[in-house]
Amino acid sequence: MSRDVRITDSTLRDGSHAMRHQFTEGQVRAVVSALDGAGVEVIEVSHGDGLGGSSFNYGFSGTDEIALIRAAVDEAAAARIAVLLLPGVGTVEDLRKAHDAGASVARIATHCTEADVSIQHFAAARDLGMETVGFLMLAHRLEPDALAKQARIMVDAGAQCVYVVDSAGALVLSGAQARVQALIDEISPAAEVGFHGHQNLSLGVANSVLAQAAGARQIDGALCALGAGAGNAPTEVLAATFDRLGITTGVDVPGVLAAAEEVVAPFIPRLPWMDRSSIVQGYAGVYSSFLLHAQRAAERYGVPAHAILQRVGEAGYVGGQEDMIIDVALSLQQERESTTGAHR
Amino acid sequence: MSKATAAIVGPGNIGTDLLAKLQRSEHVEVRYMVGVDPASDGLERARARGIEASAGGVDWLLSRDEVPDLVFEATSARAHLANAPRYAEAGIRAIDLTPAATGPLVCPPVNLREHLAAPNLNMITCGGQATIPLVHAVSRVTPVPYAEIVAAIASRSAGPGTRANIDEFTTTTARAIERVGGAERGKAIIILNPVDPPMIMRDTVFCAISADADTAAITESVLAMTETVARYVPGYTLRAEPQFDPPGGSWSGWARVALFLEVRGNGDYLPPWAGNLDIMTAAAAQVGELLAVAAASGPATSGPGPSVPAGTKVTA
Repeated sequence: MSRDVRITDSTLRDGSHAMRHQFTEGQVRAVVSALDGAGVEVIEVSHGDGLGGSSFNYGFSGTDEIALIRAAVDEAAAARIAVLLLPGVGTVEDLRKAHDAGASVARIATHCTEADVSIQHFAAARDLGMETVGFLMLAHRLEPDALAKQARIMVDAGAQCVYVVDSAGALVLSGAQARVQALIDEISPAAEVGFHGHQNLSLGVANSVLAQAAGARQIDGALCALGAGAGNAPTEVLAATFDRLGITTGVDVPGVLAAAEEVVAPFIPRLPWMDRSSIVQGYAGVYSSFLLHAQRAAERYGVPAHAILQRVGEAGYVGGQEDMIIDVALSLQQERESTTGAHR
Repeated sequence: MSKATAAIVGPGNIGTDLLAKLQRSEHVEVRYMVGVDPASDGLERARARGIEASAGGVDWLLSRDEVPDLVFEATSARAHLANAPRYAEAGIRAIDLTPAATGPLVCPPVNLREHLAAPNLNMITCGGQATIPLVHAVSRVTPVPYAEIVAAIASRSAGPGTRANIDEFTTTTARAIERVGGAERGKAIIILNPVDPPMIMRDTVFCAISADADTAAITESVLAMTETVARYVPGYTLRAEPQFDPPGGSWSGWARVALFLEVRGNGDYLPPWAGNLDIMTAAAAQVGELLAVAAASGPATSGPGPSVPAGTKVTA
């Protein structure tokens, strides 16, 4: 296919965080239909925390993700449906069910230092005949060379592409580009390199452009930036920007603009925004999907969300440790009570 | 009272830490440390502690004049699957620290009493040993339609076996949350965290409960169970009082209790942050002790004793 870069849309996966995992089948069908019509080749559908993510810890799905995947597959004429799986949360069994429902791209995500826990899942995905993508999350926590070594583990395990995933929206321009470059040097041309950007420091699109310039061939976006934290690099902005740069994506710009404006914007509860908490996430390097959990804990325990997130960043918690947000909120509450007690 | 004799098969980190714990036992005496690699540091460490150690594998162990009463398997699931029938044939009771799960899943303060006569006992997983006592503490007071645990461990404490088959952890733990913990449905999540200095093992237990469940009784039961586990895992602590939340939007009408645990290791051989490994060795040692006590005090019924089938002991 003649295009310079492939855009994967994650509205229906990363956007699930912003929807508190309550996507309906109707919304999934409408989004898939619009993206498919606009020429987006890969559309990711899963619980925000990947297959099997429906839980107390991350939030229960309103509609079973397998039913949503099946609806997406049914709706897509040309696009292929991808799923995300975090080893430790989801299992090979979950991947099989998604594959049975028609998903054909497996994206396996680990914390950036833990690539070797994905080996069994890549093997299973390849056995199922799925296209494979590796996701190295919170990539800002690892230097470029070390990150490239982790990418190598995924490629050896069967990944056909490995993403630099800026889960915290913490990478700033050259930091994003250097990591993509290091992965290119290590795994290309055996495998492609991708980039997944967040907007916490408003650099999702700019980092994606630099990633493409460094050789990335797969870029993630979400319509209306719908995603964790301050949201993802918006698919419609990526398409328009790449078009202006003369970089082909195969995506029809008016088509994705319509998808964002007419399909997604009307149903989302609030547009992702760079507020204090989400900027702190980018600044302190905190996993973006912690945002709404921190807001809920803030309400429940009467401590500020941004303070919780700051503390979570200092403790070095990784994706999946949403439970520690409550733990941190409890500590902050206790500290606050002992301080106000001392003033009396 | 004479002690039960034991062998540890697998002289790695787990085997070495287990040896340190069992050497304090009043009821279990470790006679043998068994490996397959003559260059193993673990065999040397065992010898330094006065234990007869050999790289001759299970063949060597079974050819001893006196085979032990108990064997602690700290190898791999595959090795245990091969070894388990041989132990059984030799009348040696096996305490299995691997994920092989050939015998019943056992968590000492919850269901060991039901399995005191079983020839082979499986120690589930580290996350299971940490969290199942608390799932049980809730489910013995009020019905638990669903329980979910999140185990977070230091990346450095996750060995190659865990990494190669992380699904085994989640599925085995989930099954044990149901069968042993008493939840109708179980789910397990494991997170590896590479932060430096390494994080101490943390576990969170979420139980779905009915909106009118007796929260005071749950709290009392959880605190009592925490004390029970802390008797054999001193670093087992609740970080906060049980947290009760009323039915949430997507919780199908359930209310929720959340329990936040920290498991600090005893630092016997493994560092204190490796609470996940410590709780496995501490729980296995506890099982060994209780089996030894039961065998010594109970009438010699079907349990293993000196009356091992003679043909299984190859004369050396």
